[in-house]
Amino acid sequence: MELAEAFMLTVITAATPLLLAAMGELIAERSGVLNLGVEGMMVTGAVAAFAGAQLTGSAYAGMIVGALAGALLAGLFAVLVLYFVTNQVATGLALTLFGLGLSGLIGASYVGEPGIKLAPLFGAPPEETSAPIAAVWRLILGHDLLVYMSLLSIPAVIWFLNRTRGGLVLRAVGDSHGSAHALGYPVLRVRLLAVLFGGLMAGLGGAYLSLVYTPQWTDGMTAGRGWIALALVVFASWLPKRVALGAYLFGGVTLLQFHLQAIGVSVPAQFLNALPYIVTIVVLVAISGNRRLIAVNTPACLGKPFVPDR
Amino acid sequence: MRVEFVRRDQPAAWLRLASPLLAVGLALVLAGLFFQVLGVDAGRALYVFFIEPLQADWSREDILIKATPLILIGAGLTVCFLSSTWNIGAEGQFVAGALAGAIMPLAFPDVEGFWVLPLMLVLGTIGGALCAMIPAQLKVRFGASEILVSLMMVYIMQLFLDWIVRGPWRDPQSFGFPKSRDFHTSAELSVLPGFFDLHWGFPIAIFVAVGVWFFLSRTIGGFDVRVSGAAPRAARFSGVSRARITVFVFAASGGLAGLAGIVDVAGNAQKLQPVISPGYGFTAIIVAFLGRLNPVGAIFAGLLLALTYIGGEGAQLDLGLPVQATQVVQGLLLFCVLALDTFILYRLRWVPKAVATPDTIEEGS
Repeated sequence: MELAEAFMLTVITAATPLLLAAMGELIAERSGVLNLGVEGMMVTGAVAAFAGAQLTGSAYAGMIVGALAGALLAGLFAVLVLYFVTNQVATGLALTLFGLGLSGLIGASYVGEPGIKLAPLFGAPPEETSAPIAAVWRLILGHDLLVYMSLLSIPAVIWFLNRTRGGLVLRAVGDSHGSAHALGYPVLRVRLLAVLFGGLMAGLGGAYLSLVYTPQWTDGMTAGRGWIALALVVFASWLPKRVALGAYLFGGVTLLQFHLQAIGVSVPAQFLNALPYIVTIVVLVAISGNRRLIAVNTPACLGKPFVPDR
Repeated sequence: MRVEFVRRDQPAAWLRLASPLLAVGLALVLAGLFFQVLGVDAGRALYVFFIEPLQADWSREDILIKATPLILIGAGLTVCFLSSTWNIGAEGQFVAGALAGAIMPLAFPDVEGFWVLPLMLVLGTIGGALCAMIPAQLKVRFGASEILVSLMMVYIMQLFLDWIVRGPWRDPQSFGFPKSRDFHTSAELSVLPGFFDLHWGFPIAIFVAVGVWFFLSRTIGGFDVRVSGAAPRAARFSGVSRARITVFVFAASGGLAGLAGIVDVAGNAQKLQPVISPGYGFTAIIVAFLGRLNPVGAIFAGLLLALTYIGGEGAQLDLGLPVQATQVVQGLLLFCVLALDTFILYRLRWVPKAVATPDTIEEGS
């Protein structure tokens, strides 16, 4: 029971930052914008959340600061890509390089400082409960706000995309910006909002890393998770429920990484650390091999610039 | 009143040359503001970053040493980016090249001779190209995103290097320090006559960059690469295979990144360490764009970005700025280059606010 509980907790903590960041990127990509800066927004969110928590003494304040920092960088990206019509791939890369540098600069004075951990939302189980019930309590009610937000984002995004007018407009803009523009929808404003949402979510994903996963700041602590989140969106063929599935599958990979050595498999640590990246490649190949699935679901205007004309 | 971009009838030719220079200027202003916000005097910071490294012999040589890998990788990425293919894993191919080249001195330490070093350079190039073949082949065969796969390869190669210098290739006499044996003398890239540290890598890099320029601008192969990026449909109709171009540009950019890796290792540290690059592979992306996707431009851009590395070290010592300040300056530079390139195709127009009054609409209809 205890082992099972530990397993589940490992999977959830590893999946949550990926789920948050990937869900944000999914919205941005469904509007037709490919933002390769997820890693940069995430790592800046992580450091901003850490600094925010240190300065205010509240992990919740840190969380908000982290989200805003992610959105701020996303705003910079959006202005360049949407209004200056710069190349999306190059601008996204610039955002990642800039974010990695900026976060290191902000975080330099925080290295090694103990952080403030985001507490479980519902507190510890009441003392008089028996052990198995307490274990179930910890599994279901024992998480922090960010875990619940990441889980809530799944139905929320599905509902938004499929059941609301806003979602319909977003998909129209992503699939045919010319038609959406002709119908009078503000293509650039929709994309701006989608990219900002992506930044907000990436910032929250980063905040989870520095407030829960390892409550401290280390340089480049996202370690490629932003890129894995990008891969997840492709893996999910732009469908939110599959993003959730993918994030939890990757949580499972982390589990393998942690426990393979514990059960006595002698593999060098570096190979275990490389596992998520190798799995990402394998998964990308497996899913991209199915060209019809990709062709049907890829937002048709993904990565294409839109310049309104009169 | 509001401001909007309007497409120019003709791309502004003068801006093609001026926009990188303007971008550097704008980046300097922004970096200065940024340092001021951090509480460092802007003028002093910019002086330490961009002027001081030019004043001493050793730091001038150091700029050329750091520019060497940047120019080599940047010239290769130019070929790749011109075809609208995105190899962003040069950092991993750099490591692969260093590893492949180091096979000679580390796996066959008893083999010496004048031919060892050239062989190492060839092996390094092949190693980098092979590493780049993974994303290229997965792209061509399965349609997997070359951006994501090439990036994942960076992490994998870095971890592989870390493993090999702590494991099989660890120097038995290093007292537990994670590093390889020192290369023997015939595996060292020698110092240029008349210099202290500057090795033959720099002239090699210049030679390669000019060679790439010649290939791109004076050969059919180079033309095919450029057409497949600028007009993919036209390229397809004229029989240029997209798959072949993808494989070729990855081999070229990966090969040059690998060459940069072995040149840097054989010229400077002359041994392998767990980390061998301060992000050259990523900085070279900026080099390629700042050089306007022209290999000769990449020479100048490589020199400028090398300057930021040395300046960043100075800023760390003199101003107590963290080492990541360099990365921030580099990131700002790329933002500015991309933003100013917009003005080549577009110009700004100020639109008076009172455009759509009821009167004008009636008149129009």
